[in-house]
Amino acid sequence: MSVAVRTLFFAAYRDRLGVSELSIDLPSGSTVADLVNELRGRGAPFDMLPEKPAVAINQTYSFLDEPLTAGDEVAFIPPVAGG
Amino acid sequence: MIFTEVSPDPIDTAALLAEVGSNEDGAALLFIGVVRDHAEGRKVKGMRYDAYSEMATEVLREIALEASIPLGTDRIAVAHRFGELKIGDISVGIAVSSPHRAEAYEASRFVIEEIKKRLPVWKKEHYLDGVSEWVEGTIPPGAGLEDSTHVAPLTDEGLA
Repeated sequence: MSVAVRTLFFAAYRDRLGVSELSIDLPSGSTVADLVNELRGRGAPFDMLPEKPAVAINQTYSFLDEPLTAGDEVAFIPPVAGG
Repeated sequence: MIFTEVSPDPIDTAALLAEVGSNEDGAALLFIGVVRDHAEGRKVKGMRYDAYSEMATEVLREIALEASIPLGTDRIAVAHRFGELKIGDISVGIAVSSPHRAEAYEASRFVIEEIKKRLPVWKKEHYLDGVSEWVEGTIPPGAGLEDSTHVAPLTDEGLA
């Protein structure tokens, strides 16, 4: 069994990774931290992502131990600079 | 009624002000954030704003709701723009109204400060020399933490 999630990258992350969106399959029971490890484990350029990035699941800021569910939208949020 | 918008369209400040105000209110305030021509000693010719627009609209709404409590009214209208902006363009507009001015000033200030802390929006400065760089941002409070147990409980001094 696996869960498919949709990951989004914005601003500096998108520029550095050269991608704004990826679909990723993870073993069921995976958490946000597992997703981060999976991505960083791909090596450059994904290892530019912080070990403990700010993330939002389905548009809500989330902890890294949050379990993922199929269809979740997981956004990697670089430090914000609105205003 | 609270109004929030995150959009690539130019911000209509008159429309924002028209969203607030009532016969009970003696104070209405409009704050605008404007793209300026310099940043930390470098000359800036423009700015690109990126937004996670669906989430940003919700976060703006949360911020406005929080601001409405001490304001004592829900007459808050906030718009944030994204896309390519020129010097002098308005990036953010905040209109609030309340019976007395002190609460209006406080709410307006609260909204802009919280936008800077947690709105999922980013800006890239375009400098006169042709270089463009993302502006160093702020990590939203509570984001990126390993798990909820790492959040220190609020305790009175001495009780921890």
